[in-house]
Amino acid sequence: MEYWVPLLIFVLKNIVMSYPETLRYTKDHEWISLDGDIATIGITDFAQRELGDIVYVEVETIGTSLKAGDVFGTVEAVKTVSDLFLPVDGEVTELNEALGNAPELVNTDPYGEGWMIRMKVANPADVAALLDAAAYEALVG
Amino acid sequence: MKQTPFTKKHLELGAKMAEFAGYNMPISYSGINEEHQAVRKNAGVFDVSHMGEFILKGPKALDLIQRVTTNDASRLKNNQAQYSCFTNEQGGIIDDLIIYCIEENSAYMIVVNAANIDKDWKWLNDHNTEGVETHNISDKTALLAIQGPNATGILQPLTETDILNLKYYTFEKGRFAGVDNVLISATGYTGAGGVEIYFEDRDGAADKIWDAIFAEGAPKGLKPIGLAARDTLRLEMGYCLYGNDLNDTTSPLEAGLGWITKFTKEFTAGDLLKKQKEAGVERKLVGFELQDKGIPRNGYAICDEQGNGIGTVTSGTQAPSLGKAIGLGYVQSGFAAFETPVFIKVREKLLKAKVVKLPFA
Repeated sequence: MEYWVPLLIFVLKNIVMSYPETLRYTKDHEWISLDGDIATIGITDFAQRELGDIVYVEVETIGTSLKAGDVFGTVEAVKTVSDLFLPVDGEVTELNEALGNAPELVNTDPYGEGWMIRMKVANPADVAALLDAAAYEALVG
Repeated sequence: MKQTPFTKKHLELGAKMAEFAGYNMPISYSGINEEHQAVRKNAGVFDVSHMGEFILKGPKALDLIQRVTTNDASRLKNNQAQYSCFTNEQGGIIDDLIIYCIEENSAYMIVVNAANIDKDWKWLNDHNTEGVETHNISDKTALLAIQGPNATGILQPLTETDILNLKYYTFEKGRFAGVDNVLISATGYTGAGGVEIYFEDRDGAADKIWDAIFAEGAPKGLKPIGLAARDTLRLEMGYCLYGNDLNDTTSPLEAGLGWITKFTKEFTAGDLLKKQKEAGVERKLVGFELQDKGIPRNGYAICDEQGNGIGTVTSGTQAPSLGKAIGLGYVQSGFAAFETPVFIKVREKLLKAKVVKLPFA
């Protein structure tokens, strides 16, 4: 067992974390932004902080149609590994190739250069039904 | 959850905290990689006050230590320290530890892992049949590890004890940052050099020492370091972590700790371990590095080329100083030779790896 993983109790009161209003969020700590029926997905500031220094992102589901909640990849950090869950039904279309040489972008810019995948969303209305920034902040607060 | 004398400092610094062995401990401050590199290249401070300390006194103290530990403590002179372990009746490791010889034949300190303090204390006292005076000073003892190539240079102005020339695994007691009776030991768990300092936390000693260390060191790049980087630093060196690489069922011979297992004296399960040594162990703890992309983690299977299980990963990480994925694990002895190809099962895929010598390079 990675000995502290089940025991993580973070003291975050001194740290300002951000959750942009324009995004939607999942309880699994992914964010999603929608443009037409194409969505961009990454992990939240909370998640990157929880994982620590990220070593690489593995996605082998490109071209695959998946359901919401399915594992679309994994993220390996120095100390731990975590599955990545698809926020809504759809097909994974693209991996952020920049992460291949610079996985640390997930830590330094989780909502920007550190995005992980793009997907074609089966039903764009599903996105609006996810958590908004305030609801997600309440979840991790 | 227990606190150390430095918990408030960690919170003020915004450290990511987590429970470890019942203590609220700093896991990281600025990030594992940055902290790891700070120690390898310069210097860093670890709060490891959660560790346990026992004092043993009296004419039979050495005899008790000799009976419950594997290494030969009779070789210790004053101010020398020794790595050793407690073994159970089955030859498994109860804990790995360091013995400090304060006064030859009459006063010793044993430093043990935080998670094992209660178990060790009971074991020690259950075997104390000859009236050795024992004290568990864990709760009142503060311990900082200041590690890195520049650690002793940074600290030297804080004490008259010559720490720049303190030999590995020796120690001195002296005044440090205005606090008396500080035990300064040239030991550590990083392979980066430096010292560990033990002292009683009273009259604000912990704050005084922490503040003095950072007043001296911060301008020279000294950083606070969390347990996460402590783990990557020790793993690069191939040092065992109790609970991962060592436990009650692993013998010191299997764990590669034959060098601290001395059959020139009697100790718990000594005869059994001697037979194990003569017969050869069936499994061995080895270091391995991944050649395919992936990271080994505790509990992952180690396989042969056909995918048959031949062992288990006990520790693994991406090594920040080496830029590759490394691990420790137990394998069948036939697979323990350096350069042996092995495979690590990561999410149902077999990733190519090879057995390498320690420390990792």
